[in-house]
Amino acid sequence: MEDIKVFGLWSSPFSQRVVWTLKLKGVSYEYYDEDLANKSNLLLQYNPIYKKVPVLVHNGKPISESMVIVQYIDETWPQIPLLPQDAYERAKARFWSKFIEEKSMQMMEFFIYDGERQERAIKETLDILRVIENESGLSEKMFICGNTIGLADIALGWVAHTLPVMEEIVGVKFITIDAFPHLHSWVKNFLEIPVIKNNLPPHEKLVEYFRERRKVFLAMASHHHHH
Amino acid sequence: MATNDLKLLGGWFSPFACRVQIALSIKGLDYENIVENLNPKSDLLLQSNPTYKKIPVLIHGEKTICESAIIVQYIDEVWKNNGTSSILPSNAYDKAIARFWVSYIDDKFFNSLRFGLFAQDDESKKKYFEELEEVLLKLEEVFNELSEGKEFFGGENIGFIDVAFGCYLSWLRVKEKFTGTKKFDEAKNPGLVKWAEAFSAHPAVKGILPETDKLVEYAIALAQRLAAAAAADAAPPK
Repeated sequence: MEDIKVFGLWSSPFSQRVVWTLKLKGVSYEYYDEDLANKSNLLLQYNPIYKKVPVLVHNGKPISESMVIVQYIDETWPQIPLLPQDAYERAKARFWSKFIEEKSMQMMEFFIYDGERQERAIKETLDILRVIENESGLSEKMFICGNTIGLADIALGWVAHTLPVMEEIVGVKFITIDAFPHLHSWVKNFLEIPVIKNNLPPHEKLVEYFRERRKVFLAMASHHHHH
Repeated sequence: MATNDLKLLGGWFSPFACRVQIALSIKGLDYENIVENLNPKSDLLLQSNPTYKKIPVLIHGEKTICESAIIVQYIDEVWKNNGTSSILPSNAYDKAIARFWVSYIDDKFFNSLRFGLFAQDDESKKKYFEELEEVLLKLEEVFNELSEGKEFFGGENIGFIDVAFGCYLSWLRVKEKFTGTKKFDEAKNPGLVKWAEAFSAHPAVKGILPETDKLVEYAIALAQRLAAAAAADAAPPK
């Protein structure tokens, strides 16, 4: 009898990666949604280094960092594999997964700032998206590094449904069909996968959540301006 | 002529390139070692790693593999029957733990070391080196837990964390020369002190880590370049 616990945050792009992976593989688990202002003792015990979600605990053994967790799940439950069999194809998939993972926080910075800093952040997001659009093989395949959902798609998944929420609130639009035709298709294909479609946080709730976050960020930004 | 058709585009000064060299050495593989100057970046580098334009790059026949940790995993998987044991642990949980700590080392350890070494003012230096000390305390704990009394993070054999962390030893020796403080505090990091000796003496590692004096020279030149760039940035526009 497997004991699998996930500590996450319903609105977090990083938590979602873990949930999607478990759902894709049909693995059952207990989910604990964390209030980050008031972290549970279990979370602090299982992730003392970063004190962050998501954390996966499998038969009492904790693992943190979303993409480390995703690879672990993929290796432990091999059905619906997220990595190809071939070592070179695997290396490419890991490369893009790492690139996306590294750049994700930076891609969200436009949501934290306003004014000139925001303009620079918007440009940086566009630059990163351009690299993915042109270099990750999306022109040849339906997904990044393959024709089925893989590791790098899971890493990028937040762009398909959380990024549009942030865009809506700030008033920008990144992935238009003219500017990013491959990514535009990728978003559609990603959201059409039944497991993904059925495991998205509710749109309105997400908009409400990020609207509040935007207010907090703007307050912090103006605080800096006035000092 | 390398029988496996392997080329490494790297640099003697790069801890990341050293990781790949050690992995190839563990597996007993021949390869052509191409030293990349970086000033300017070669066409080969720009073509084989267009995304990051960084070393190391492993060129295996027609295939190019980038990012040191990914290259090491590639080597471990393709040549899984070479060498006495695999570089990554065999079970999924231990793999996850190894990947977690390598990620931590490349983030927390690497950044506090390099920002400390190249910080422009004393206060920043102090702050980064204090962070470094805390990171090393944590890594001492990790070493004690994972080594289970044996010589390496990987146990009896050098593993993923050993290769990843070990390649920073030369840069820690540079810090020793720059600051006058030992790379590992004998009182606080006795495990790491012994580990560093064992790692440096390992047959797969010998001859790969750069000599400290040569690296110190390189670091001084790099520090000067960075200081000049920082001064240029701070100067008022003409």
